[in-house]
Amino acid sequence: MQREQLINATTLLALLAVPLWAWYVDEPFTITLATKVAIFALAGVGLNLALGLGGLVSFGHAAFFGIGGYAMGILASHAQTYTPLASWPFLLEGTKSMPVIWLVAMVMSGLAALAVGALSLRTTGVYFIMITLAFGQMFFYFAISWPAYGGEDGLSIYVRNGFPGLNTLDPIQFFMLCYVLLAVVLFFFARLAKSPFGMALNAARQNDERVQTVGITPYRLRLVAFVISGAVTGLAGALFADLNRFVSPTMLSWQTSGEIMVFIILGGVGRLYGPVIGAGLFIMLEHFLGGLSEFWHVYLGVLLLLVVLFARGGLIGLLAGKEVAHD
Amino acid sequence: MSLILIIEQTLNGIQFGVMLFLMAAGLTLIFGVMGVINLAHGSLYMIGAFAAAAVAGATGSFLLALAASLVVAAIAGALIELTVMRRLYDRDHLDQVLATFALILIFSEGTRWAFGSFPLFLDIPDALSGPITLPFGVQYPLYRLAIIGIGLVVALGLFALISRTRIGMQIRAGESDREMIGALGVNISVLYTLVFALGAALAGFAGALIGAIQSVQVGMGEPVLILAFVVVVIGGIGSIKGALVGALLVGLTDTLGRFLLPSFFGLFMEPSSAMSVGSSLSSMSIYILMAAVLLFKPTGLYGSA
Amino acid sequence: MTDAVLEIRNISKSFGALKASNNVSLTLRAGEIHALIGPNGAGKSTLIKQIAGNLRPDEGTVWFEGKNVTALNTVARARLGLGRTFQISSLAMDYTVLQNAVLGALGKRGKVFRFFSPVMKDKKLLAAANAALAQVGLEEFAHYRTSDLSHGQRRQLEVAVALTLAPKVFLMDEPMAGLGGEGSQRLMGFLDTLRQQAPILLVEHDMDAVFALADRISVLVYGSIIATGTADEIRNNPEVRAAYLGEEDAE
Ligand SMILES: Nc1ncnc2c1ncn2[C@@H]1O[C@H](COP(=O)(O)OP(=O)(O)OP(=O)(O)O)[C@@H](O)[C@H]1O
Ligand SMILES: [Mg+2]
Repeated sequence: MQREQLINATTLLALLAVPLWAWYVDEPFTITLATKVAIFALAGVGLNLALGLGGLVSFGHAAFFGIGGYAMGILASHAQTYTPLASWPFLLEGTKSMPVIWLVAMVMSGLAALAVGALSLRTTGVYFIMITLAFGQMFFYFAISWPAYGGEDGLSIYVRNGFPGLNTLDPIQFFMLCYVLLAVVLFFFARLAKSPFGMALNAARQNDERVQTVGITPYRLRLVAFVISGAVTGLAGALFADLNRFVSPTMLSWQTSGEIMVFIILGGVGRLYGPVIGAGLFIMLEHFLGGLSEFWHVYLGVLLLLVVLFARGGLIGLLAGKEVAHD
Repeated sequence: MSLILIIEQTLNGIQFGVMLFLMAAGLTLIFGVMGVINLAHGSLYMIGAFAAAAVAGATGSFLLALAASLVVAAIAGALIELTVMRRLYDRDHLDQVLATFALILIFSEGTRWAFGSFPLFLDIPDALSGPITLPFGVQYPLYRLAIIGIGLVVALGLFALISRTRIGMQIRAGESDREMIGALGVNISVLYTLVFALGAALAGFAGALIGAIQSVQVGMGEPVLILAFVVVVIGGIGSIKGALVGALLVGLTDTLGRFLLPSFFGLFMEPSSAMSVGSSLSSMSIYILMAAVLLFKPTGLYGSA
Repeated sequence: MTDAVLEIRNISKSFGALKASNNVSLTLRAGEIHALIGPNGAGKSTLIKQIAGNLRPDEGTVWFEGKNVTALNTVARARLGLGRTFQISSLAMDYTVLQNAVLGALGKRGKVFRFFSPVMKDKKLLAAANAALAQVGLEEFAHYRTSDLSHGQRRQLEVAVALTLAPKVFLMDEPMAGLGGEGSQRLMGFLDTLRQQAPILLVEHDMDAVFALADRISVLVYGSIIATGTADEIRNNPEVRAAYLGEEDAE
């Protein structure tokens, strides 16, 4: 346990130290990579609430990631063209303010998670996996066929959105924003995992019948977890779109869902910091292997296969050993 | 909107459904017997299509190409089962999902590496090219009609295999009670490999048949795979009959939705917005169908509770 | 009839051709231990499941404190006050013993949707959980991982979790199996006093325990209750002797 905490702290520090160093030696590209790690980690931490703590293998989280991205894209594109989103029943304007965009992104992706979860959670096991995958694909096709916001081509915005008191165009400042959001979410999820809700959710993953027998409805626990999970992944989506100043249906594709899952498994399922380490590893692999070969996904596939078959605890599992029960 | 057009689109829907059935039947068999979820099933579809395109390119024979798709996909399936799936039978579904996702990455990029990123084309054989005239004066591509015929023959063959033969009996026994087939003296690991290879062959065959209508390219399998999941969810896991009914429902809903919804909205909207609302809605129609089935029968139309 | 806390009326349940419950009726009165005995496969667990809400009966009704609860699910029945232990332990195996007990206390308290305060630092929940563990004699094992417990200990933990729910009725499916002589003796002593707190419907194979504890005994054979009565009445019932106790050679 001690060891895992040490690994967690080191991870969080390294994720801060690398871009600070890059800023010092003026390597903006490295800062961008670190920003990507922080954002992917946030998406993975969001999914891991459902997957690791709740045992809900959602293969549709790209939908929430993408909805967060489109929330950003739609609000910002209306703001930059000075056209309102709606003029009836009340005037709804676009915005370039990050806090507002984040809120909208979380609410919209949370609502989508509520709808998807309410239906999908009626089933379990393989059904749940297939259904979340299918609903994810529904949002993907919808984004492609809905022409108003770029359809297949996606949606670009000219300048990154703003945050009061910061210059978000400066890579290190934008990184810090993402990093702080990640840290805040990690803090809250650490509390949540030990809270009454987290303890019951975790128990429902282990034994559904036991939770029912003490008078708690697992369905509600899971639905709430799924909504929080979707909202956090949606927040990550909004940040990712802002990082690229671009959003497209690719963010909603099933490959994206798979990749968010890969962050978790590379780091270690059920570990709070698993996705952080996993996302870091993923970006490093993409950067270094991608530089070696155009077909680096083959190596990623082989690595993933080996981790699943032979190192189920992921990287944290290898470093910190098996998880022990404790109160 | 003429009757002829409706008949034509209905046939297209059935043809699409028949293809989905070939995919979904393999998935549902594999799940029913081994209890694993296989995301790499779409890769087998792609492998079949590439094998067919390569053989057709080399020999010019469509029949040989089809045979190649069956054989190559079956071998690939057997290899996957022997090297990877077998280690996953007692693992949880998450491990199965991730391992087979890894297989997709390996197969897709491996194929891209071997064949390049440009799509290949598989030509419809001369004997099946061109339209045929059906009753009511409907002109319909002979090849598509042939696909419907072949698909239905395969479906019949599959039903016969499951209900009439020894191996079918073992499959059914395996679905209802995994211990029992051991007690029957069946070699389980051989049965598992066979079932997996059979499912793979069906997927590869579907890939080859469709490869002649669309292009053969990396990534062609996964969208079909996800539709096949929708089919399995609607039909019920483990049920071949459910897979057939589900596949036809999905095929018809998708095709007719795309065709009818824009015209339907055109009745009371201006053409351009009717087009966009109709096409966005029709892209969601099968998922709405799936949601409706889930509301009323969470285990699918023919699934057991 | 008036003091029946739990009553089941004419319950039938079939699995295919097998009648697991055949027009079963029985009552559980305040303050009593009502033992349900019968050979393996008689349908005892099936009956418990129908009372607890895990299985829907084909026919018949379940009444709890004068209310028809047949349509309610497991959660609703647990919240009304049905506390159940399983024949095959059903616990959160990755959790410690204490965590399982706290989960029970949490279920009893409600207010599950609290996201911030650590549940394992909640004094009231811990007190309830520890008290229940002490009652069944598991306090020394509080910090063991549940999957490391012996089968008998898991059975004790089942009882402890049921205690944290402070139910109005206990449904116990073979709580003594696997406990060994001393453990059974201790649990018997405990159940003996527990009936004052809430009546117990007790499924048990240990005949000594049943005849020592039970106020009334019902005998279930092939899904039907063939006799209900006091220990003496059951011991001397010729039908029961023929159908069931024959080989057991009850004195
Ligand atoms: N879900 C089910 N489906 C089919 N048959 C079942 C099911 N549950 C129980 N049975 C059958 O119903 C009969 C009664 O089972 P039950 O578990 O209630 O017996 P029991 O009296 O508790 O036996 P034991 O003393 O062994 O615990 C058995 O023949 C069993 O095989
Ligand atoms: Mg029993």
